[in-house]
Amino acid sequence: MLGSIHSIETFGNVDGPGTRFVIFTQGCNLRCKYCHNPDTWAKRESNMMDSHDLIKKALRYKEYWGKDGGITVSGGEPLLQIDFLLALFKEAKSKNIHTCIDTSGEPFTKEGEWFAKFQELMKYTDLLLVDIKHIDEKEHIALTGKSGKNIIEMFRYLDEIKKPIWVRHVLVPTITDKDEYLLRTRAFLDTLYNVERIDVLPFHQMGKYKYEALGIPYFLAELNPPSQERIDNAVRILNKRKI
Amino acid sequence: MREEWRNFEGGHWVDDINVRSFIQHNYTPYEGDASFLAGPTEATNTLWAKVFDLQKQERAKGGVLDCETEVVSSITAYDAAYIDVETKGLEKVVGLQTDKPLKRAFMPFGGIKMAEQAASTYGYQVNPKFDKIFNDYHKTHNQAVFDAYTDEMKRIRHAHVVTGLPDTYGRGRIVGDYRRVALYGIDRLLEEKKKDFQNCGDGTMVDDVIRLREEIADQIKALAAMKIMAASYGFDIGKPAANAKEAVQWLYFGYLAAIKTQNGAAMSVGRVSTFLDIYIERDLKEGTLTEIGAQELIDHLVMKLRMVKFARIPSYNALFSGDPVWATLEVAGLGQDGRSMVTKNDYRFLHTLENMGPSPEPNLTVLYSKRLPENFRKYAAKISVDTSSIQYENDDVMRPIWGDDYSICCCVSATQTGKEIQFFGARANLAKCLLYAINGGVDEKLGVQVGPEYRPITSQVLDYDEVLKKFEQMMDWLAGAYVNVLNLIHYMHDKYYYEAAEMALIDTNVRRTFATGIAGFSHVVDSLSAIKYAKVTTIRNESGLVIDYKTEGDFPRYGNDDDRADEIATWLLKTFITDIKKHHTYRNSEPTTSILTITSNVVYGKATGAMPDGRKAGEPLSPGANPAYGAEQNGLLASLNSVAKLPYEFALDGISNTQTIAPSTLGTNEEERVSTLVRVLDGYFAKGAHHLNVNVFGVDKLIDAMEHPEKPEYANFTIRVSGYAVKFIDLTKEQQLDVIARSAHTSL
Repeated sequence: MLGSIHSIETFGNVDGPGTRFVIFTQGCNLRCKYCHNPDTWAKRESNMMDSHDLIKKALRYKEYWGKDGGITVSGGEPLLQIDFLLALFKEAKSKNIHTCIDTSGEPFTKEGEWFAKFQELMKYTDLLLVDIKHIDEKEHIALTGKSGKNIIEMFRYLDEIKKPIWVRHVLVPTITDKDEYLLRTRAFLDTLYNVERIDVLPFHQMGKYKYEALGIPYFLAELNPPSQERIDNAVRILNKRKI
Repeated sequence: MREEWRNFEGGHWVDDINVRSFIQHNYTPYEGDASFLAGPTEATNTLWAKVFDLQKQERAKGGVLDCETEVVSSITAYDAAYIDVETKGLEKVVGLQTDKPLKRAFMPFGGIKMAEQAASTYGYQVNPKFDKIFNDYHKTHNQAVFDAYTDEMKRIRHAHVVTGLPDTYGRGRIVGDYRRVALYGIDRLLEEKKKDFQNCGDGTMVDDVIRLREEIADQIKALAAMKIMAASYGFDIGKPAANAKEAVQWLYFGYLAAIKTQNGAAMSVGRVSTFLDIYIERDLKEGTLTEIGAQELIDHLVMKLRMVKFARIPSYNALFSGDPVWATLEVAGLGQDGRSMVTKNDYRFLHTLENMGPSPEPNLTVLYSKRLPENFRKYAAKISVDTSSIQYENDDVMRPIWGDDYSICCCVSATQTGKEIQFFGARANLAKCLLYAINGGVDEKLGVQVGPEYRPITSQVLDYDEVLKKFEQMMDWLAGAYVNVLNLIHYMHDKYYYEAAEMALIDTNVRRTFATGIAGFSHVVDSLSAIKYAKVTTIRNESGLVIDYKTEGDFPRYGNDDDRADEIATWLLKTFITDIKKHHTYRNSEPTTSILTITSNVVYGKATGAMPDGRKAGEPLSPGANPAYGAEQNGLLASLNSVAKLPYEFALDGISNTQTIAPSTLGTNEEERVSTLVRVLDGYFAKGAHHLNVNVFGVDKLIDAMEHPEKPEYANFTIRVSGYAVKFIDLTKEQQLDVIARSAHTSL
């Protein structure tokens, strides 16, 4: 099964447990202002790769994975290519490879054929890396261009089927870095029982040059990364489970 | 058994000189963690502060603190000397190369012109009488080589298609088995050499026998001189070492004799760690030594190894930047019986980088295997993450070839300790060779005929089969010319600059390897791939010489785990070593090759024209077996896999790979970073790769260090470059920019 691929990173150490073979898919519906991979937004089919070939490729790195590593599909938005994902992970599991999806959850729906495929996909998925882009619906639309309702719905569903997730929250000064939002995010997390780990990812400017190269307007050019104090604060709030 | 050998288990080593047998019978493997280690003592801190200060003064003076102008260096040329006479009681290991710390000796035998120039570059004038002595009364190595050179040799040398030859400096890479001094004492070694002398030849005088008899006679003199040198410090090394302190001291005296007489390009210390641990363990058991004392001994030995200096000429410094001496020292590895050879002492040697801060010397090398205890692998990885000062070599590919008692004789090349030596041969610039193939032997930079006048390529667009055929012919010529010039150089080096002190500590019937090398490796691979998979059009100057290329379309590049490119890489290596092996090599040595450039990739690059892979004329070549700048598109592991595909059996002299990883790429905290690095090493070496230099820092640190070398935190900022470690601020600006360019890429 062919997938539209942006690039491959053979040495991913911050995309799930251990060292991982990361497949970045091409195409995303969200337009998050802080995104550091705007080059993966456009839906195009300039670099099609076969899922079977990708598994063969990934297995060349098995020696580096230790007991934790495996494959992570990131993006872009992997769930936009659910048929490809399904074929890829089915084969990965047949080879005993740990599988992980790094998704925004935006394509999620409980409707029709897509949901059936998603349910099937979850059989072959060990872990999801997910994020509540913004806990406030209005702010969510302002930040990403889309509603966050189906994202919340996916969180609930994954909790229902007890699928482990890692929550990775991007801390963007003036946008997500407000105690009120952090506390609300934590309150939402309190309702879930499948959260294995919560990471705070401080906003950085390393994607800036890509916007310039692509000629895409970049709204956060003047924004500084959060201070260590604010990072610590977010870590503290987000990791505090209500007893 | 002798009293000095009390509580040791006997074996073959008692009757014959065989340190390996001693080690295997007596060492204690250690599987625990680093928690037993001791910090620096007051004495260590005091002495190191003095050395650190001297290093600062040295840098302030332009790189050389002091230089000998009146005394020709020899084993006994100087009386006892100390870091500071006032505090000599603090030095647990004594001995300096000259009469003052960091003062560079006058060593004319490699070449009087170079020895004079090395001094005058830094404002010192060697006594003019030496000019007369070493020109009129006695010849030196460099003069002898040039007396005998053919026109072709001078041409290929001048054009840099063969480059970095050891004709203006000592060849080095001969590791005396310095442990023998400690285990047997000089008297026993003398006795054995005298027996060898008696048994040398059947009385018929042919060249080989005459030469060897003269060499053994020189070795015997060197051994006698070592005793005299040690006596000036108040030690009788005629007898074996009786405890750990003496073992360290005796061993160092052996090494000191070598560095007082030779300024070789690499002066390795060898595989001494497990050996010394046996003495330390015995003292610990006997209650005569504590862990603090043991660490102090190792710290003080390492301090001395950090102080080794040679006077060098500017062209040498341009090749091998940052004042390296390759005091290479190995830890870890496995024994033939499968036991780990990691001892507590292997931890102690790595721990010197914590006790006295990062340092490029000694060139600490971990002989790595996935089967080493996990605790040790983690500790080594931690030291890498913290200091970027160590390199790793795959014991699992070397052990089957060199056994379990090999030393690394320079940057990355193995030789069996005390049994083997290597004739060092710099490298052939295969990038230029490819350009010669296209231009019919005319040098693309000089515009003159250097190689044979084969028919050049006249088509506009390059045809892969045609280029390949011509390249094969040109490489065959180059291999022959290269071996030829090395044969001459080593003949003269043996004759005029024989390493008597080191050879005295090596078996008389020694096995010799003949180490050739390759420069420009990745650019040849990518260029051939470009010609094969893309469209390469030649750009010619007015006289028809191809001076540039236009490359259109994509092509697979070495460094992406893409078999299409990587197969060309293996083909290139195999073809070159096959060509080399066709030729007779001096003293029936065994030809090997390496893919290893040291920092000379910058100088070699300057002499090399534009390449079909897009590399512009004069740009640095990528170092060692590293993929070309910007070629890697799939991350570190894809790049490692490409290098790992090169079969070690074709490059027994080593395949060097240097990688810089940003801390944030390795993981979010120290624990994660360490585990990730262990996985990288486990995986890379399980793939059959040979060598990895690991740097862990971000580009911002490099840029800041280049712009603010005066900041105290950069005084010891050590990085791994191809083949050794170096203080970053001691590199030339060009080389600093080269390192930054490479690191910037890998961190994105």
